[in-house]
Amino acid sequence: MQLFTFKGGIHPPHRKKQTENMPATKAKPPGVVYIPLLQHIGAPCVPVVSKGEYVKVGQKIGEAQGFVSIPVHSSVSGTVQALKEMPLQGGTKVLCVVIENDFKDELHESVVPKGDLTGLSREELVGIIKEAGIAGMGGAAFPTHVKLSPPEEKNVDVVVLNGAECEPYLTADHRLMLETPEDVIEGARAIMKALGISKAYIGIEDNKKDVLKGMTGEIMPDEDINIVLLKTKYPQGAEKQLIYACTGRMVPSGGLPMDVGVVVNNVATAAQIARTIKTGMPSIERITTVTGGAVNSPQNLIVRIGTLYSELIEECGGFKEEPAKVISGGPMMGLAQSSVQIPVTKGTSGILCLTKAEAKIPESENCIRCGRCFTVCPVNLQPLYISAHSLKYDYKKAEEYKAMDCIECGSCSFICPSKRPLLQSIRVAKREIIASRRKQNR
Amino acid sequence: MENKLTISSSPHIVSNTTTSHIMRDVIIALIPATLGALYFFRMGAVVVIVPAILAAVAAEAIFQKMSGRKVTVGDLSAVVTGLLLALHLPPNAPWWLTVVGSLFAIIVVKQLFGGIGHNFMNPALAARAVLLASWPVQMTSWVNPGADAVSSATPLGILSEQGKEAAMAAASLKDLFMGNVGGCVGETSVVLLLIGGAYLLYRGVITYIIPAYYMGTVAILTLLLGGFDFSYMLFHLFAGGLVIGAVFMATDYSTSPVTQKGQIVYAVGCGVLTTVIRLYGGYPEGVSYSIILMNVATPLIERYTTPKVFGEVAK
Repeated sequence: MQLFTFKGGIHPPHRKKQTENMPATKAKPPGVVYIPLLQHIGAPCVPVVSKGEYVKVGQKIGEAQGFVSIPVHSSVSGTVQALKEMPLQGGTKVLCVVIENDFKDELHESVVPKGDLTGLSREELVGIIKEAGIAGMGGAAFPTHVKLSPPEEKNVDVVVLNGAECEPYLTADHRLMLETPEDVIEGARAIMKALGISKAYIGIEDNKKDVLKGMTGEIMPDEDINIVLLKTKYPQGAEKQLIYACTGRMVPSGGLPMDVGVVVNNVATAAQIARTIKTGMPSIERITTVTGGAVNSPQNLIVRIGTLYSELIEECGGFKEEPAKVISGGPMMGLAQSSVQIPVTKGTSGILCLTKAEAKIPESENCIRCGRCFTVCPVNLQPLYISAHSLKYDYKKAEEYKAMDCIECGSCSFICPSKRPLLQSIRVAKREIIASRRKQNR
Repeated sequence: MENKLTISSSPHIVSNTTTSHIMRDVIIALIPATLGALYFFRMGAVVVIVPAILAAVAAEAIFQKMSGRKVTVGDLSAVVTGLLLALHLPPNAPWWLTVVGSLFAIIVVKQLFGGIGHNFMNPALAARAVLLASWPVQMTSWVNPGADAVSSATPLGILSEQGKEAAMAAASLKDLFMGNVGGCVGETSVVLLLIGGAYLLYRGVITYIIPAYYMGTVAILTLLLGGFDFSYMLFHLFAGGLVIGAVFMATDYSTSPVTQKGQIVYAVGCGVLTTVIRLYGGYPEGVSYSIILMNVATPLIERYTTPKVFGEVAK
């Protein structure tokens, strides 16, 4: 079978063995959940419950503000203990609704099946998705209904579902596709209907061939949905690279997938859409891979939004050695955390606890101009030069070398034999370039 | 525990390959040619290779120590420089000559410009050029391979002095290919150098682009200018330092372009210069000077061969 891919990329160690054969199991419901009112890119929502109020599973506790915003729902039934600010994955403090679980799991009245997909109109579908608080579950957490409402002038004709899961260690999407392929396919159909289009691609890396059986066959009699087997390579799941591998279309520099008629969604997002239509349950739980060398027994857990990382790590047998780093997401693009007392959000695809040995980054040496960073860059940048200019505070030069096109996949830093912090310095350049552009516009 | 978690920007894992791994691969790739040198030139090779490596490593360590920098001899690049310089010197060259060469290569060409990666010329080749200009007699006293160090001329030397027929009669293509001719310590054996080159390709240390375009250019030009004499073309490919230059010197990371298009321009430039110097220049051999000249042009070549980024529209 032909494998599709893009230019460049790296082959980091998979480290998926620990969890790829572990069925996703429901995590113990936590005694207290901390549900952030901002779990997506966009405007935070405002709380619609107050202290002492009784809430039920699926009840809306935060109302969306503006178009690029989505509501937040309770993942347990119980009493609102407090509304308090807590630091989240990115380090910024966000208002959280703290709910004490009564373990009764009483369903809220609004949680009712939304009917058959054929009976729903496009507008109804987009409305259901927005009301259910669905945001991209691959990690970026972009509100899904916004992606499904493209401006008139963009002729979207293809949806690409991202099932690549190219980050090492993570197996949440893998298990999801293996265990509930029908939800993924049904979700793809719902997205196609919401966009009024008839073509979908589901990109899956060939290290997850075992999902193919479930994803094809009986549940997919039509040929509108194509499974694309991708070469296992990082960053195969990066949006523009995935679109190129699946459709051959190249998103222009500085452009969006919509510019070439494509909308990309994660497979987990699609599955969530299907479940919401089927049961009416909003986005209140997700699969998260809890793994890494520092964890006793790594697992794929179905987790209620708002559960603290510490409780999930406890459920996986705790730490077998003191972790040097705890990362939200994968080791290539995830965010390092200063604490394990932070809640799971809609975008938490993994909790990765690295041992000292795993997290070790050797000291950087002189660049030997080997050009490996340039060879692996999926965007064809020359990271060595952008980084060199950035480190000399010459951000104008960095911009000339197209720093803004960097997708921050980290392949350059990974491959560098001199262990130079290439991506890290490019990130600095990008921030400075954005800041100076803002200044000029003022 | 809470306070002991490390916070850093992604990526959080890096590959195992380090600079010293790459340099180690280069050294491994040079082992066949080095053993060949010892076989062909016996003690003549030993007195060149050993002092060159020792002096290069010592020069780097002492200079870095004295200038208060981190001592980086562990990355093995000084060993590579010393060995490459030795392989580019005549057998039986006096030991002090090789030491002077190593000192110049490491201190002047490499460390004074900022150490590994910052030199704009290949240190070993620059040192060789300086030695050739300063001690021309010692640098051109050639011997025949074998136990007795009988002085001789190199095939390219015969070519420049006595012409094509005499040169091609003096050494068979087979001897040139195997390395059984007079010449620099490690440059004579085409087959042993190609084995090393194959290893570097296999390990991904180099790509085929620079060696192939370099040797290809020389092949095409000597075929054209030599009146379509196929064996004369092979003579040029096998004689002198073309193979060691194309495989080990022109591919030096610091001094060759990183872009693919740039590497092609650079390699073709090396090939043209080599052919022109060999056929029309004052020196019998042109590989070293060609590569040094193209080294200097590298930044310019890179500037004009910057590749398009993903999704960039053609202007």
